[in-house]
Amino acid sequence: MTHSIRIAGLNKTFGQGSKAQHALRDINLDIAPGEMVALIGASGSGKSTLLRHIAGLERGDRKSGQGLIEVHGREVQSNGRIQRGKRQQRADTSMIFQQFNLVSRLSVLTNVCLGLLGRIAEWRGSAGLFSKAEKIAAMEALDRVGMSRFAAQRASTLSGGQQQRVAIARTLVQSAKLILADEPIASLDPASSERVMRALAEINQSGITVIVSLHQVSYATRYCPRTLAMRDGEAVFDGESTALTPDFLTELYGEDSEELILGKKRTQDAGEEVYDHSNEVALATAG
Amino acid sequence: MSRTATADPRHLEPPRRELKQTVTYYLSWAAAFVVLAWAWGGAEMDPLLLLEDADNMSMFIEGFMPPDFTNYPNYLHDMLVTVQIAIWGTVLAVVLAVPFGVLSAENIAPWWIYQPVRRLMDAARAINEMVFAMLFVVAVGLGPFAGVLALFVHTTGILAKLFSEAVESIDPRPVEGIRATGAGRLQEVIFGVIPQVLPLWISYSLYRFESNVRSATVLGIVGAGGIGQPLYEMIRGFYYHETAAIMIIIVVSVSLLDIFSQRVRKMVI
Repeated sequence: MTHSIRIAGLNKTFGQGSKAQHALRDINLDIAPGEMVALIGASGSGKSTLLRHIAGLERGDRKSGQGLIEVHGREVQSNGRIQRGKRQQRADTSMIFQQFNLVSRLSVLTNVCLGLLGRIAEWRGSAGLFSKAEKIAAMEALDRVGMSRFAAQRASTLSGGQQQRVAIARTLVQSAKLILADEPIASLDPASSERVMRALAEINQSGITVIVSLHQVSYATRYCPRTLAMRDGEAVFDGESTALTPDFLTELYGEDSEELILGKKRTQDAGEEVYDHSNEVALATAG
Repeated sequence: MSRTATADPRHLEPPRRELKQTVTYYLSWAAAFVVLAWAWGGAEMDPLLLLEDADNMSMFIEGFMPPDFTNYPNYLHDMLVTVQIAIWGTVLAVVLAVPFGVLSAENIAPWWIYQPVRRLMDAARAINEMVFAMLFVVAVGLGPFAGVLALFVHTTGILAKLFSEAVESIDPRPVEGIRATGAGRLQEVIFGVIPQVLPLWISYSLYRFESNVRSATVLGIVGAGGIGQPLYEMIRGFYYHETAAIMIIIVVSVSLLDIFSQRVRKMVI
């Protein structure tokens, strides 16, 4: 298997006619097994949309006649059609979300066990009958992210960073070969962000391919050897993360680059923050 | 004030209501009064009658005094049957309302499923439990079982609607999180939807149980068992002392159940 992910000529348009928004424009991408790749760009640049296409949660444009996505040599979608057996595909690819997407009223352990749903018999999963061995495996996964002592607690009682680490444990139990992390640290404080990024990097060490979309370039350069930079749905840079100097970012993004370099300007000036926020909302509705 | 004044004070002025909004506001009040006046005539409202016939009223009320509890073991037994009817009527309804409620939620089922299911539930809800009781008495004979079936059908319609509204207001993100693990549709509902709506569902079910106890107290009038039967006989026979005793038993039991279900509801939420 030479590719973990192969994407050729992927386009995505939301809406029709004059209101059409190009969320993705002619994306071509090859990622080898075991890579850890950062996906950077401002809000609305298409990072999430790209990840959701790889996960098979979204379909590319049909008319473009291409839009091929392969994961582990198996076709996820082409020509705007998601392949059959998407459940198996989803089970092999696991996703981590900005808002963690845990079931808040269930215990931490149960949330982790839910990662097994795509692996075990439907009736057993539906009845929630997880075996002793599976529960032990879930505890081991929790231990790897330092969360095993919270196993009995409800997910809603945890902080954001802790919930995200539980979500990572869920992907471990799922034993996926590819992890897609969609803004996993965007709503976390710096200390929690570090811990979550470290957990992802450790998982990557064991040979699992990780793609992580990030808002801040500093995390990309520190944890990911390779970066794909996006702007308005286009891939504007694909290469070594060390090349992403502030000067180069300004060249790529112009004024928007401030948002990517730790958002320094926003915290300094309250008026600026209001402006930036409205800008973000506009971009979010556009993408 | 001139328009060229400094920018700040003008920015702080509260927004004015537009003319169109003002007109709509007063028109809707006018419409409300018209409806009330129109209904007054049809309902032959005449509060003065209460004053004119005050003597009759007070004699009528005196007739109830004092309540006659000599037959209380029978009344208590019938009250217990009433509660038992409500328990089974509610439980059967909850069991059916879970699938019907999920299937009539827009965010779970496609339109060609939720539309017919909703219409079916509308029908179950539209017809009063007394009407169903009369029909079931014909079908399964006199007695409490007819009452259970009547409450069951009517309550299923109500709970399915309430359950589906709870499902439609869930947070979709945990469901997507479960879908991303490769889980099936049923598993998305079991682990993503139900944990989110369970407290609300329990609360609704308890509320319907209280209402069903109240409804069950009159089912006996059409022969569907419970305390309604002796109550109706006493009223028809002008035994007002006994009627008063039965009504007191009903009030006390319903209040006790209200307090009980309040407690339970606090525990689950």
